[in-house]
Amino acid sequence: MEHIISVLVENKFGVLARVAGLFSARGYNIESLSVAPTLDPETSLITIVTVGDDRIVEQIIKQLNKVVEVLKVIDLTEASHLDRETALIKINTNTKPEHRDEAVRICDIFRAKIVDSSPTTYTLEITGDTDKVEALINLLRPLGIKELVRTGRIAIAREAAKVTTRHNSQQPKA
Amino acid sequence: MKKTGAEIFVESLKQEGVDVLFGIPGGVVLKIFDVLHQQKDVEVILTRHEQGAAHMAEGYAKATGKAGVCLVTSGPGMTNIVTGLADAFMDSVPLVAFTGQVSTNLIGNDAFQEADNVGISRPCTKHNVLVKDVNDLARTIKEAFYIATTGRPGPVLVDIPKDVSTDKAEFKYPDKVSLRGYNPTIEGNKHQIKQAAEEIMKAKKPVIYVGGGALFSDAADELLEMAELTQIPVTMTLMGLGSFPGTHPLSMGMLGMHGSYWSNMAMHHADLLIAVGARFDDRVTGKLSEFSPVARVVHIDIDPTSIKKNVHAHIPIVGDVRSVLKQLNVLLRSLDGNANERKQQLKPWLGQIEEWKRGHPFKYEQDDKVIKPQYVLEKLFEITKNEGIVATDVGQHQMWAAQYFKGKKPRTFITSGGLGTMGFGFPAALGAQRAYPDKLVMCITSEGSFQMNLQELATAAVYKLPVKIVMLNNGFHGMVRQWQDLFYEGRYASSDLGKIPDFIKLGEAYGIPGWRAEKPAEVESVIREGLKYKGPAILDFQIYPFENCYPMIPAGGPHHEMVLEDPPDLRSGAKKKPIEEKEGELPA
Repeated sequence: MEHIISVLVENKFGVLARVAGLFSARGYNIESLSVAPTLDPETSLITIVTVGDDRIVEQIIKQLNKVVEVLKVIDLTEASHLDRETALIKINTNTKPEHRDEAVRICDIFRAKIVDSSPTTYTLEITGDTDKVEALINLLRPLGIKELVRTGRIAIAREAAKVTTRHNSQQPKA
Repeated sequence: MKKTGAEIFVESLKQEGVDVLFGIPGGVVLKIFDVLHQQKDVEVILTRHEQGAAHMAEGYAKATGKAGVCLVTSGPGMTNIVTGLADAFMDSVPLVAFTGQVSTNLIGNDAFQEADNVGISRPCTKHNVLVKDVNDLARTIKEAFYIATTGRPGPVLVDIPKDVSTDKAEFKYPDKVSLRGYNPTIEGNKHQIKQAAEEIMKAKKPVIYVGGGALFSDAADELLEMAELTQIPVTMTLMGLGSFPGTHPLSMGMLGMHGSYWSNMAMHHADLLIAVGARFDDRVTGKLSEFSPVARVVHIDIDPTSIKKNVHAHIPIVGDVRSVLKQLNVLLRSLDGNANERKQQLKPWLGQIEEWKRGHPFKYEQDDKVIKPQYVLEKLFEITKNEGIVATDVGQHQMWAAQYFKGKKPRTFITSGGLGTMGFGFPAALGAQRAYPDKLVMCITSEGSFQMNLQELATAAVYKLPVKIVMLNNGFHGMVRQWQDLFYEGRYASSDLGKIPDFIKLGEAYGIPGWRAEKPAEVESVIREGLKYKGPAILDFQIYPFENCYPMIPAGGPHHEMVLEDPPDLRSGAKKKPIEEKEGELPA
């Protein structure tokens, strides 16, 4: 099953390598990864999407907690949460002129934005959950995608949602 | 007054109570060695190879429970300690390794003797840090010792660039450590402990399975109390040996691949496992899908990642073993109305174990022509009266030492368990000897392992560390040869080492005397001569080269399918070279 794990870390040299190394050394998968500082410039938040059965995910969370610079680990999948990713998609409008109109129509439907235009391309920006981004990509594919960049997912717990914190994840449930 | 980084380094070690470090100097750490040279509180043991330094620090740490310290230079100095770091990481040894680094302005330039010390050591240390500013040095050292010795102990590497050791800063050693992300759980959950106590009192076929965690937390007394209180038999992992007296009626000795038949049978039939500071390693569990098929599992460990990693725990208890056992014993005492009744309740189970034990004890066939390794160890155990400290290398001799040398006290059986590092034993013995100059320290080794770090004979000679090197010399990588006998139709691919070198002559070159036994009748006198000698000594026992270590669970097999002796085709000698052929190659 897919899990979105939010890892709050000290904003120090080498921490990302430590977290990523932990995944590779133990054979865990990283589906996507995003890192940026939080409100407190001394900490960063790493959002990792990973796939594994309960036993593996429990190990991943415990192993992450063991890293000295890791302050907090939350498995957002256990709680109600929002997740988003952004994609920048450059499509080719050179082959058929009607593709330019089609691209604009698709863009409207998905509430994506055209953020750059050239005589032969459009660059679209889309933000949404993975399904929405995937759906847009699939619709644009026949037009000819020249380049595609995705941010990986970020996620946040809904207010008042109960989440697993570092503290109680150290005391495994019976 | 401001101090240089090198002075801050030495002052910080003094504040941590470090009295010795093991290491080798080099370009970027010269300043630190220079400061060390001008003081007397921290002794520097100059080793002959950095790997030796790391293992000596480990041996020191395993014998004392304090952090072992090594100091090496950048580049190759650092890469040479990687095996020691990985070994310490697997066996939870508190080790603080200081490595030199090129000056901060050169980092990343592929400078002379530059290596990414932090990057290389990341997967094999508990924590590591590059100190970029001399103002951070004292705090970083304080944190390194704290992290290495608390929670589940482990190695910590501190990388010190050359300019950091020469730059100056105000020295103030911090009183305490504040690390937001590091806070090991010490006290176990009360509710879980209560549940565990109830299960323990209900169980009909319980087993206490103890690992190294019981030693790190100094829980031997609590463990003994629990076993005697509940009358539950105790088995130990290789790393746990010494945590429970091997001679106690409730001790079943070691379990696992070369453990006792009765402990493995008990594990297989148990209805309750009380895992104490153990991590269900594959050498212990054998085939996971058939491991203790009916047992409920209580798992006590300070490291949450050990719990439910390999085996499901019905009652997980995260906490320091000693602290948890203390709480558990209080509950057990209150629940245990009648000790006699308890004994009655467990009588059939203990009787069954006794029957397994009688049926298949550790055994070997004594011979009057060739020396059997087990005989040497039995004699040594008998003559040394189980006093002193044993450090072993890795292989057959290690397993025999675990079987026949029943360590009585904690921290007297020092061995490389998790990583299985050949070459560990001798330097580790030197480290233990440095910690306890007056104790008898023996390195039980074989010629294969010993040759992986024999350069430390010089260290033993120079520092007069009177380690007795007990060499079970069979001219083979013995455990490899055993597997080749059992699983590769006796083809000895690259396992035959020959009878080279002559270890007595080798010792002579270092001014270390040696005694050799070639016949069983000579064993006792060689042991006595060697032990009588005041300095380091080599005891070279030319053992029967084809002896195999039993009982054995073939890798990936279940506990109840132990192989107890050589299969018939091996016994008939059909596959073995005749012994005479080997004898011809013996050195004069």
